[in-house]
Amino acid sequence: MPSIAKPTAYHPSFQKNELGLTIRDYEGSMSTLCAGCGHDSVTAAIIRALWEIAMPPHMLAKMSGIGCSSKTPTYFVKGAHGFNSAHGRMAPIATGASAANHNLTYVGISGDGDSLSIGLGHMCHAIRRNLQMVYVIENNGVYGLTKGQFSASADVGSKSKRGEPNQMAPIDPVRLALSLGATFVARGFSGDKEHLVPILKAAFSHRGFALIDVISPCVTFNDHSGSTKSYLYTRKHELQATDADFVPLRTEIVATVAEQGVTDVAMHDGSVVRFRSVPTGYDPSDRARAMNYLMEKQNSGEVVTGLLFVDESVPSLHEQNNASETPLSQLPFDQLCPGSRALDSLQSEFR
Amino acid sequence: MLQHSRTRVNDFAIKLANVNGTGSASANGMLMQAIFRMGIPVSGKNVFPSNIQGLPTWYEIRVSKDGYSARATEYDLMVAMNAQTYARDIQEVRSGGYVLYDSSWPLDRSLLRDDVNFLPIPFAEMCNTHFREPRERTLMKNISYVGALVAFLDIDHQVIEDLLTEKFGRKPALRDSNKAALQIGYEYAREHFTCPLPLQLERMDANSDKILIDGNTAAGLGCVYAGATVAAWYPITPSTSVMDAFREFCEKYRHDPATGRNNYTILQAEDELAAIGMVIGACWNGARAFTATSGPGISLMNELLGLAYYSEIPAVVIDVQRTGPSTGMPTRTQQADLLECAYASHGDTKHLLLFPANPAECFDFAVKSFDLAERFQTPVMMLSDLDIGMNDWVVPRLTWDDSYQPDRGRVLSDDDLERIPRFYRYSDEDENNVTPRTLPGINAKGAYFTRGSGHNKFGGYTEIPEEYRQVVDRLAAKHSAAASAIPAPEIHGPGSSRIGIVAIGNSDPAVREAIDLLAQKGIEIDYMRIRGFPFHKDVEEFLCEHELTFVVDQNRDAQLRSLLTLETGVPKDRLRSVLSYGGFPLSAQPVVNAIVEQLSGADVLAHEAQ
Repeated sequence: MPSIAKPTAYHPSFQKNELGLTIRDYEGSMSTLCAGCGHDSVTAAIIRALWEIAMPPHMLAKMSGIGCSSKTPTYFVKGAHGFNSAHGRMAPIATGASAANHNLTYVGISGDGDSLSIGLGHMCHAIRRNLQMVYVIENNGVYGLTKGQFSASADVGSKSKRGEPNQMAPIDPVRLALSLGATFVARGFSGDKEHLVPILKAAFSHRGFALIDVISPCVTFNDHSGSTKSYLYTRKHELQATDADFVPLRTEIVATVAEQGVTDVAMHDGSVVRFRSVPTGYDPSDRARAMNYLMEKQNSGEVVTGLLFVDESVPSLHEQNNASETPLSQLPFDQLCPGSRALDSLQSEFR
Repeated sequence: MLQHSRTRVNDFAIKLANVNGTGSASANGMLMQAIFRMGIPVSGKNVFPSNIQGLPTWYEIRVSKDGYSARATEYDLMVAMNAQTYARDIQEVRSGGYVLYDSSWPLDRSLLRDDVNFLPIPFAEMCNTHFREPRERTLMKNISYVGALVAFLDIDHQVIEDLLTEKFGRKPALRDSNKAALQIGYEYAREHFTCPLPLQLERMDANSDKILIDGNTAAGLGCVYAGATVAAWYPITPSTSVMDAFREFCEKYRHDPATGRNNYTILQAEDELAAIGMVIGACWNGARAFTATSGPGISLMNELLGLAYYSEIPAVVIDVQRTGPSTGMPTRTQQADLLECAYASHGDTKHLLLFPANPAECFDFAVKSFDLAERFQTPVMMLSDLDIGMNDWVVPRLTWDDSYQPDRGRVLSDDDLERIPRFYRYSDEDENNVTPRTLPGINAKGAYFTRGSGHNKFGGYTEIPEEYRQVVDRLAAKHSAAASAIPAPEIHGPGSSRIGIVAIGNSDPAVREAIDLLAQKGIEIDYMRIRGFPFHKDVEEFLCEHELTFVVDQNRDAQLRSLLTLETGVPKDRLRSVLSYGGFPLSAQPVVNAIVEQLSGADVLAHEAQ
């Protein structure tokens, strides 16, 4: 994965966030993906979201597996540690990392090969554990680095570049996650960055596992007519089901009574996700209804996007384990080792 | 009854044949513990099936005043409690020995032998009379044969009473039924047979500074003492009790009453791929983390072990080996993961291995594993096995030096980072070829991209041959440098012999006993017990100093011998194999036989004559 260093250019007109950092400070090295790749728009949305929420760069940990999507953590927040691990294995590595230090913010960038095939089991279990992380799937229905094989998210009838239709049912990460008890589920489209930024910001405030499936077309192998993961197809069939704003904790919430048609969801950290519009009868905290809605719309060929489900009531993995407030990796040794006296008295049990 | 043979005091072997799932394990364990408390050297081997209930299971107890603890191959007393295996069990008793069996049902006459003594006791019948509940009747049958053995072997009555009181002190009803069951067996034996038999236990004082512990418990305890805070695992026989022990000791020592929080996290993973991934993630983030597994788990972990090796992340793996290949025999022992662990994963990879020989060393080496892993920023695998891990061994009391400080290796602090102009992950190597690492969450200046893809010494991606080679050559040099930090081999013997013997792990007691038996035949042998890999320099020296060295391997393919020929300069023909791979722990006699046979072979003599 080649990377090209990008010089940081500052301009006095650049706005600074709470930490006094400009958006440039959240960039990484130059992207080496194909020109027009949807993934670069996702990277841009992540940069924007992290800048807006004023994430201290060194407190972010960027996790990935293998694939085009997994390269992208090099393209944002150069001041954060990154871990480009092995194909499909991001979730367990992030799980261990989070167990060692829950004070970091974990963002994982994965793809449909990484998450829906080789690492599907790991993703499912990370969802079950409600691991505290933002998990982005850059979903393009195709294997890019190995040149155009169908992935598990390819729709039935979607055609490869050579014109062969896919015959197997797709794995939809959004519906899968909902069925596994995921506590934050959203879908975005890389062609609509503005819609993605508030979703990402809300995800960073979520208590537990936040899954964001982003339809991110592959311009080289899956952007032709006949593909259901192309820019054109997605634009034509996208159904923005919900429109949500993210109101961070530090902003005073003026309206205590929600406006007509506005639903506020309080996040665990005190921030608020404000749904400006949802379909009639839709409730982003009702899992069954969200599932039904998705089934219904997707069966009619629509690509449902938006923040689709939030549940802030489930303890994260760290809470479930009742692990210490001080990160385990930072506990002093004398708090960990019982010492010789304890060993002496323990050994009376071994006689 | 046959003429009683010569009385044997503190020197005999008992085998107990049971049905698994009937509660015999706790009765047999108590018997072993009673002998231990009488101060007599004793060892126990649990030979059990991969099954929950209903299949044959055996427990072997060897009593040896001379301290030999390898598995016995001849039994003086068979406690035959499983009709399914009578035929085989009765055949295994040495001529002149004893068979204690449940005479509630008649013994098939064809099973009788005229060279052994039969001790019929109607255990089931007596327990059915004394106890009402079906489960109690089954359980108490076990305690009643222990009662009979108290009479037959002259076990200190008080020791047994104390054990029952300790075990059931809080449950008086259970304690009373156990005591009653014990009495039933004891009295029947005293009334119907001359007690004790000429197999007798006599108090000694060999165990005052010893404990009775299994290796998995000791390893789990070692991980607590080493300061491990994250453990991830997928359940697999025979390693599961490592994590059970870690959990138990963490609950005891790592729960902070002030905050009500736990200073540890145990993650039950979805598979072994995830388990090692979690360990690597936690170690990358600066925690001491480990997993416990067995051969099939190591197979699955290969991929990420290579990632940890290449990206230089510490990780500790406790491999409690079982019989392979594939699923193999999960409840039987072997040393057959040696080559797999040494070179786990694709590409050029080599790992650090430790070979504990007993539970005490499992404790010490568990701690050592973390120090090595962090110092050399690489996975360390501790290769225990089912025999060490799941059997109770008599070992010296564990000791702990309170001045111990963990070796965290080269990790740059916030201040260190402020002092240097720029940080490059794989630069600035020390004499061990280790480069300093940084932890996330400390300082943006320490940020870098950890990757399993080709990288140069700056941590950047590369496909340039020279840059790639520079890093992998340093990794090879680092692996070699680790040899001096691996525990040196233990060398025993006159030092003057032309013949050597080499072993690892649980072969130790059998080899030591074999050496004594060979000495009685006038064959003097020097012994080297290797304790880790890469091999300490003393290993090659020993091999070069001996004209002929027997390499003991508990696997079919002579894996230790292969590793020695690959990693030292010793000529292959100077290493002879002694193999044992049926799944039972090694015994002394087969080692003696193999060596005597090979020494009498023409080619060996020719070699010796040179």
